[in-house]
Amino acid sequence: MGKHVLLVEDEINIIEAIQFLLSREGWQVDTHSDGATAVEKVRSMRPDLVVLDYMLPGKNGIDILTELRADPDFHRLPVLMLTARGQSRDRDLAERAGVSRFMTKPFSNTEVVTAVRDLVQLAQ
Amino acid sequence: MISVNQLVAVSLVYVAFLFAIAFFAERASVRGRSGWLRSPLVYTLSLSIYCTAWTFYGAVGYAARSGMEFVTIYLGPSLVMIGWWWVLRKLVRIGRAQRATSVADLISARYGKSNLLAIVVTLMAVVGVTPYIALQLQSVTLSVSIFSDPVQSDGLSQSTATFWVAFGLAIFTVLFGTRNLNANERHDGVVIAIAVEAVVKLIALLAVGIFVVWGIAGGIGPMMDRIDSSPIGEWSMDRSRWVALTALSAAAFLALPRMFQVMVVENEDERHLQIASWAFPLYLMLMSLFVVPIAVIGLDILPAGSNPDLFVLTVPLAEGQGGLATLSFLGGFSSATSMVIVATLALSTMVSNHIVMPIWLSAQAEGAQVSGDVRNVVILARRASILMIIFFGYLYYRLSGGGAALAAIGLISFVGVAQFLPAMLGGIFWRGATRWGALAGLVVGFVVWVFCSLLPSFGPDAVLSATVFDNGIAGMGWLRPQALFGVEGIDPTVHAIVWSLTLNMVAFVCVSLVTFPQPLERLQGAQFVNVFDHSTQARGWDAAPATSEDLMVMAQRILGPTDALSLFRAEAQRQGLSGHLPEPTQGFLQTLERELAGSVGSATAHAMISQLVGGASVSVEDLMAVADESAQILEYSNRLEAKSAELSRTARQLREANEKLTALSVQKDAFLGQISHELRTPMTSIRSFSEILRDTDELEQAEKTKYASIIHGETIRLTRLLDDLLDLSVLENGQVSLNLDTGNLNDVIGQAVLSAGGDRSTRLTVRHEQAQIDRPLTTDLDRLRQVFINLITNAQKYCDAPRPELRIDVVDHGDGLHVVFHDNGTPIPSESRTLIFEKFSRINDKDGSGAGLGLAICREIMARLGGDITHEPRADGNAFIVHLPAQAALAAQ
Repeated sequence: MGKHVLLVEDEINIIEAIQFLLSREGWQVDTHSDGATAVEKVRSMRPDLVVLDYMLPGKNGIDILTELRADPDFHRLPVLMLTARGQSRDRDLAERAGVSRFMTKPFSNTEVVTAVRDLVQLAQ
Repeated sequence: MISVNQLVAVSLVYVAFLFAIAFFAERASVRGRSGWLRSPLVYTLSLSIYCTAWTFYGAVGYAARSGMEFVTIYLGPSLVMIGWWWVLRKLVRIGRAQRATSVADLISARYGKSNLLAIVVTLMAVVGVTPYIALQLQSVTLSVSIFSDPVQSDGLSQSTATFWVAFGLAIFTVLFGTRNLNANERHDGVVIAIAVEAVVKLIALLAVGIFVVWGIAGGIGPMMDRIDSSPIGEWSMDRSRWVALTALSAAAFLALPRMFQVMVVENEDERHLQIASWAFPLYLMLMSLFVVPIAVIGLDILPAGSNPDLFVLTVPLAEGQGGLATLSFLGGFSSATSMVIVATLALSTMVSNHIVMPIWLSAQAEGAQVSGDVRNVVILARRASILMIIFFGYLYYRLSGGGAALAAIGLISFVGVAQFLPAMLGGIFWRGATRWGALAGLVVGFVVWVFCSLLPSFGPDAVLSATVFDNGIAGMGWLRPQALFGVEGIDPTVHAIVWSLTLNMVAFVCVSLVTFPQPLERLQGAQFVNVFDHSTQARGWDAAPATSEDLMVMAQRILGPTDALSLFRAEAQRQGLSGHLPEPTQGFLQTLERELAGSVGSATAHAMISQLVGGASVSVEDLMAVADESAQILEYSNRLEAKSAELSRTARQLREANEKLTALSVQKDAFLGQISHELRTPMTSIRSFSEILRDTDELEQAEKTKYASIIHGETIRLTRLLDDLLDLSVLENGQVSLNLDTGNLNDVIGQAVLSAGGDRSTRLTVRHEQAQIDRPLTTDLDRLRQVFINLITNAQKYCDAPRPELRIDVVDHGDGLHVVFHDNGTPIPSESRTLIFEKFSRINDKDGSGAGLGLAICREIMARLGGDITHEPRADGNAFIVHLPAQAALAAQ
């Protein structure tokens, strides 16, 4: 246990909520709120899973994911993407970029926690 | 007795001799020493191809059967030649001026270069001349058969002989006529050869005649007595036949394709006509001089039942004059060959130029390689046409049974080609003649000819059944081929002549009167009818005076009054003249032609200017008529152009509208995405924390309070967002009603500062000097205050200076007051300066509490109030400037 999760999100209240939910499950949660430097953060931190927001300052979630998938190290890294833009086109874009799971905000706490748990187990 | 083999040998030597003459003539012509080739004498002799084997043999037969009537065949052409000044001269002049290569070419040129007419004339000519060719085959065959001993008559049947004669003639013609191809369609070698043949046939006939009169009858006196006592002496004149046949032979003389070839196409100098006008009738007179004596003697000394068509041969033979008979044979042979050569040449030119070449060229159109092999195709087409035409002649000979008298067959042909005459003469004397008139006349005349003359010539039950002869087509009595419209009791030949030419002319005139000539037809018509009015010299433009007024009038009709006037005035100015009429210099005429060409096409423009300047066969009225028509066409095409311009404009507008809609739709998608994001983000926090509060029992009180206040804060954020969105939508749709009131600017600023500063948490210091410029305002004070509050709260949120400060100044700019909100934060980058006023744009939004709608709302409000809001970077921060309009402008809102 003691899995390492990186949360890339720029809304403080949402960071707070997700951090609360995942920490309670026993995972170590790090946060990062800048899109432009998110890929470097993943490289240095090497988390077991990334929770990625779609709209971020600097660089959007799709671009970050594409860049990660181009790196063989993160080819199989579980990525859960969250978005507040309720457009179906975004889901297609994300799936094409190689997302592991795609969820629309507002989410149910249970769903997020279950999704993270499933993804981590799947990756093992 | 001379054997057939000897005859063939003599013929071959004779042909070789003709070839040699033709060869040397052509070589001389190539070297440019062709003067003697083109003398009036040669021209006159070449006209003698009118006298074919029909004349040579048939005239005697005709005389033996019908007395003096054979003279009509000579009378018609003689009248035409003697009256040459009237018709022939004009025909030759036009033919040369238009470079006509055939009758078909001439008729088509007259009626606006109609290819349809050319094809019709060509087909009619081929059909019309076919019996004539058959006639030549028949006469040569007959003449050869005289020499073959009927007792030891070998297996060579008459039709086989005819086939070989036809074959020989075809080879002869191909070798003679298509050895090379001249651009002007002239054949020096052929012309000189037929001139020689003309001499041979004249000498042969004279020799036989002299022998008959002095050798047999014993002088002129005894000859006259024998004539008086013979059946021919009792001959009486049939007036209607005389008139009809004379007219017919005159018509055929003008309209026969082979006559056109030698008379017009091969004509070197118009003055030759003048000499031919008496020399050719003289030739015809000599040809006819001994016809009656030979006929009388033939009837006298030969057994009853001998073919009178062959008296010219059989009389010398009966008297044991083998040499004279051979000469006579050569005369007949000459008549037949010269006719076949020239007739098939003329026809093959028509067939290849008007039928084969157009088809070949259109078939080649996609190949695009129209190179030197056109020449080969033309020669091939001509040769094939020659073979085909002679084959048709042979076929006619076989089908008609070869039995009819020579003269009868010749007359059928004459009636056929005479159908061209109305269109030809109408075309050169009557301006009103039109293409459709010509076509109608030709077709009607041709159909009547086929029905009344050609088909009956095969005899009853050959093509037309005997019942048709007796009862008409489908039992309609008025459709009998030899009693059309119930007119009975007329000689069949006269019947065919009268009906075909009358109906032809009626159709020609009537249709011409009801149809309207096209511009080109009108121009060509004028060229033909007035051919003598225009000079034959090469026309230089500056040689003849053109009046500027005429040019001006024409230019106005084509270019329109304004354009024409400005063109002329500019030229006059350039020439240093006052007014608008420049001198018609060469340069100006070229300019004018270019201008006109843009409207009516270069050919027409050139024709019009040269006609007007060169003074001319085409009257100014004609030109104006054409100009008017062109102008109408032009106007019509202008209207079309305008229409298509309008259409393309509409299409462009549609395209633009579509692009705008697409852009709008993209914007709308982006906007909905933004709104969705702005609404869902606070809702996410609310949902997540409310679930935490609901589902987690072991929360501490401090945590519960914290989460509840987050939910509370996000709810307020949502509410504000919704308020802003509604506000913006109302403002953007222009549905907002302004609440006009009069107040004090300083009071409004003060209230705004108070409302914004209500939040004690802010560190921003707001400086506002009350003593500044102040004046009463009449505007929506609440909305203005909303703008001010927005600007102050923005400064509170975004001013990142260690000691954030906002100074509010009022500046008078003459055209209105500026309220400047000057903060000391980091200046907004220049590329974002217009962006910040767009919806959902957030620069450096740290806590993410704003939806990015504030400045957009401010801009909308100021627009509604008749002012504006702008941003200016300052050295020490940012300045947002609210432009208040002058009082008048405000009041006007």
